[in-house]
Amino acid sequence: MSDLRDLYQEVIFDHNRHPRNFGPLVGANRHADGFNPLCGDRLTLNLQVQDGVIQDVRFEGSGCAISTASASLMTEALKGKTEAEATVLFEGFHHMVMGEKTTVDLGKLAVLAGVSEFPARVKCASLAWHTLNAALKNESDPVSTE
Amino acid sequence: MFDVQALRNEFPILKREVHGRPLIYLDNAATSQKPRSVIEAECHYYEVMNANIHRGVHTLSQEATDAFEGARDKVRDFLNARQREEIIFTRGATEAINLVAHSWGRSQLKPGDEILVSEMEHHANIVPWQMLCEATGAVLKVIPIDERGALVAGAVASLINPRTRLVGITQVSNALGTVNPVAEIIRLAHQVGAVVLLDGAQAVPHMAVDVTALDCDFYVFSGHKLYGPTGIGVLYGKRSLLEKMPPYQGGGDMISQVTFRKTTYNQLPYKFEAGTPHIAGVVGLGAAIDFVLSVGLKAIAAHEDRLLTYATQQAEGFEGLKIIGTVPGKASILSFVLKGVHPHDIGTILDSEGVAIRTGHHCAMPVMDHYGVPATARASFALYNTAEEVDALFGALRRVEELFLK
Repeated sequence: MSDLRDLYQEVIFDHNRHPRNFGPLVGANRHADGFNPLCGDRLTLNLQVQDGVIQDVRFEGSGCAISTASASLMTEALKGKTEAEATVLFEGFHHMVMGEKTTVDLGKLAVLAGVSEFPARVKCASLAWHTLNAALKNESDPVSTE
Repeated sequence: MFDVQALRNEFPILKREVHGRPLIYLDNAATSQKPRSVIEAECHYYEVMNANIHRGVHTLSQEATDAFEGARDKVRDFLNARQREEIIFTRGATEAINLVAHSWGRSQLKPGDEILVSEMEHHANIVPWQMLCEATGAVLKVIPIDERGALVAGAVASLINPRTRLVGITQVSNALGTVNPVAEIIRLAHQVGAVVLLDGAQAVPHMAVDVTALDCDFYVFSGHKLYGPTGIGVLYGKRSLLEKMPPYQGGGDMISQVTFRKTTYNQLPYKFEAGTPHIAGVVGLGAAIDFVLSVGLKAIAAHEDRLLTYATQQAEGFEGLKIIGTVPGKASILSFVLKGVHPHDIGTILDSEGVAIRTGHHCAMPVMDHYGVPATARASFALYNTAEEVDALFGALRRVEELFLK
């Protein structure tokens, strides 16, 4: 295993302890629920999308440090992005946590790159993003990482 | 004389390292490690006598059949069943429960009949009964548990009624370690004519089981939690019940005569063993039973109880740690949560220290709901674990604390 510190970076502890954009979102027009049956992580994502631009996004739920920090970092990254840009980020993030090369500039999300060395934890990091994908498509069934 | 170091030498895997540290394997309730004698028994079967059973007249087939049926006799002795025909080999405890739900359940139940399980059951002792209820119109009732993780006092007596047809209950809870008062439950069930299936998956590695004395109607367990191979398990059923039950699967070995007009089924136990079974697994299971009996179940239980007591003392002094399942007389399972740290994070950090525990819902989501937690961390002890390993567990938990709660 690589160093535990590659996985648990300070930024991740910070976002786990103080998740950003946490709570309900008044005026949301996109919504999805995510569930990771393996560890019991649950996540509700609400977005306000106008003219194809993500104006606001907030999440609720409970999960491990990786899944909470990933959701928190994701909400920060998404604000002001178009839906198309969000989809590009989703794909780039997915490649990164799977340990594949990506040309997408992921900014702060890159702190989660260490997850690729911990295969059992990839689902934790991906849950928020899969939920986002569903919310943008406005799928009504809860998303499961299984 | 219980010599844990000598016993450890019998388990080749305990010599390996994980992330540069000695393996400390505390996930025994998920599956136990295998002694050399079990590994060699399977290997010997393939190297010396591999053949299909019950049909060949050649030497290898005869030897393989003898080894296979010899293991059945060992299981009969191990459970103290009256007859070898009452021992059916399955893929595991899960398949054994499904067999009963499908064969006994679908032939016996009608709408309005009740099946009683407990809130602490493994999903394997919930879902097959739910499927059976969907198919037959029977109703699933649940015995609640209290804060300690014991069945609520008096609940069994109040829930059992003349509509109750089957009680399915675990002898030892995999998520909590609770040992259930199964003798009393069997007595109550039989008063109303209900049958009782005991899930013995967690019990058989820890206590001597006597199905005749218990008078249970069905008993199931898996080989792999008993230091045996994966993919093999046992259904014990009273002969009077098994005789009346239709086959579970059709195929070779379970028939006595096949024509396109009519097929007659084989006698017990073969009626329920369609197809070529996991012969090597059965042979390995026989070796596992020999191993466990040579160590002695009383000695194993005493050793595991000492470890659990020691671990519980340390857990109680660990700030922020809450034990899930606090019934006195638990069996070798320490389930817990740590304030401010998700069990999954605990599991990853412990793994980096070489300590293997289970984190998650332990296939017992209703138990997690009962305690209002998404998951727990669970350390479970086996005959080869030591007090030093318990120390290492809590040393690793200090590391979690340093990382997360500093």
